[in-house]
Amino acid sequence: MPAIIEVQNVSKSYMRDNFQIPVLNNINFNVEEGDFLALMGPSGSGKTTLLNLIAGIDKPTKGNILVGGTEISKLTESALAKWRAHSIGFVFQFYNLIPVLTAFENVELPLLLTSLSKSERKKHVETALSVVGLSDRMLHYPKQLSGGQEQRVAIARALVTDPLLLIADEPTGDLDKNSAAEILTLLERLNQEFKKTIVMVTHDPHAAEKARKIRHLDKGDLV
Amino acid sequence: MKIIKLIIKNSLRHKLRTFLTILGISIAVIAFGLLRTVVTAWNAGVEASSANRLITRQAVSFIFSLPYSYREKILKIPGVTNITYANWFQGVYIDKNQFFARMAVDANTFFDVYPEFLLSKKELDDFKKERTACVIGSDIAKTYKLKIGDVMTIEGDIFPGRWDFVIRGIYKPRDKTTDATGMYFHWDYLNERMEKEFPGRANQVGWYVVQIKDPAQAAEISQKIDALFKNSTAETKTESERAFQQGFLAATSAIVTAMNVISFVIIGIIMLVLGNTMIMSARERTREYAVMKTLGFERRHLTGLIMGESLLISFIGAGIGLFLTFPLVEGFAMVIPKGFFPIFRLEPITVIFACSAAVFIGLVASVPPIQRALKTNIVDGFRFVG
Repeated sequence: MPAIIEVQNVSKSYMRDNFQIPVLNNINFNVEEGDFLALMGPSGSGKTTLLNLIAGIDKPTKGNILVGGTEISKLTESALAKWRAHSIGFVFQFYNLIPVLTAFENVELPLLLTSLSKSERKKHVETALSVVGLSDRMLHYPKQLSGGQEQRVAIARALVTDPLLLIADEPTGDLDKNSAAEILTLLERLNQEFKKTIVMVTHDPHAAEKARKIRHLDKGDLV
Repeated sequence: MKIIKLIIKNSLRHKLRTFLTILGISIAVIAFGLLRTVVTAWNAGVEASSANRLITRQAVSFIFSLPYSYREKILKIPGVTNITYANWFQGVYIDKNQFFARMAVDANTFFDVYPEFLLSKKELDDFKKERTACVIGSDIAKTYKLKIGDVMTIEGDIFPGRWDFVIRGIYKPRDKTTDATGMYFHWDYLNERMEKEFPGRANQVGWYVVQIKDPAQAAEISQKIDALFKNSTAETKTESERAFQQGFLAATSAIVTAMNVISFVIIGIIMLVLGNTMIMSARERTREYAVMKTLGFERRHLTGLIMGESLLISFIGAGIGLFLTFPLVEGFAMVIPKGFFPIFRLEPITVIFACSAAVFIGLVASVPPIQRALKTNIVDGFRFVG
């Protein structure tokens, strides 16, 4: 399988009060198309930072990142935003749904940036919500849903544009055991049935077991 | 779902805060509208003044009169097409708190020089024929429920005694800026009684109104008139009607300036109120903006969302404020003494000003939250704890 993500000599450091804090040190790895990779490691190991770099919401201090053949570390802010809109589906630990929008409207949100008509958007949203099993909750607001349901809406929002890559940052971190299992099963299904490439950050070994591959980070180094 | 729907939903997220902000804007717009109306009313005389009319008054002070004999001499100056004259009569009609202009005028020329007072030919003829006749403005007729043939009894103060006038005409204003609250009667009637009761005050004119052919000659003719009476016992000061009206306002210019300043300070206050609301809203939504950026929303989208919300609140507040200002101005006009402000209404320019201010405020108040939303990068946005 060809590599969909190529991380080449990537380093990242942050400036905090005149101090340079290294977070990632010369990282190199590839992710193949259709893979399901779990990035594990203790807090502060740099896994979320690496995920943000791959998703194009942060830029490396050094090195190159290619996703689907696009050198994203060189894109401008505007080009990166457009690229994220059609290439990346992001699932957050705290769901991050817009509270004033219904499940349907939250899932529809990324489609507003496309040229799809209203009826086409409706079809896409309904499909995405049916994939996550929430067809009957389309008109519910986030506060009317359980945590697991909110995360499923967030997954539907990540899926709705049919992105190259699904990025999940601790997707089960805020869920109870049963809901977490449901979400992991859903991600596994998306990978196996819908052939979605997934990169997931987790510190839960049970969650990582669902992935096909596991990589560990420790103090900014891949081990 | 369209972006506009998201803007509306965002506006209604904190209903009480949005309501209070809209209420604040509405009250400020009402205050702005009332103040501007007062300022406009104050300047109404200046606005209504004609370019081809000069006012000749006593050089020392307006309260001193001029000899009636000046009339013929002024009329002979080249460029002067007509002349009329008047005396401020004042007096009390029914209630001393109810003020409106009451003047003795030259019945033969006054309405020729002031064509903005529309009077039918019959009414004008009837007025000219009868020594004790008077003409009143349509607003006064409406206020006091007066009609042609009614007698107006005025208790004189400057010119003591009881004065009875028969209404022979009700004039209508030609323009919006024309005063429809005046009352005009024969100068001859006044003069006759002065000759009998106070001979020293007879044959005196309060001021002359000189009609000229070419407004460009106003300064030249003014100089000629004043030169005619230089070194006399009653020297004159002639100026354009506009300058004359402005001279009246000069005494109160500090108040008008203060009101002008306050009306614009109010706009600044609205801006701060709305700006504060928008900054709080944007701060609370820092994480949501980070999410939207992650989804691919660009700077222009976020700018549109925040600016749209700011403009929406601003427009609703201004709309409600303006809607309420109309009846409030009318109510205010009924409370203030009649005739104190002959023209007291919400002018279109005030409405345009308030609408423009709403757009301006909406735009300016959205700048700080937009800057904040755009400046915060996605990673910091997700870390933000509100």
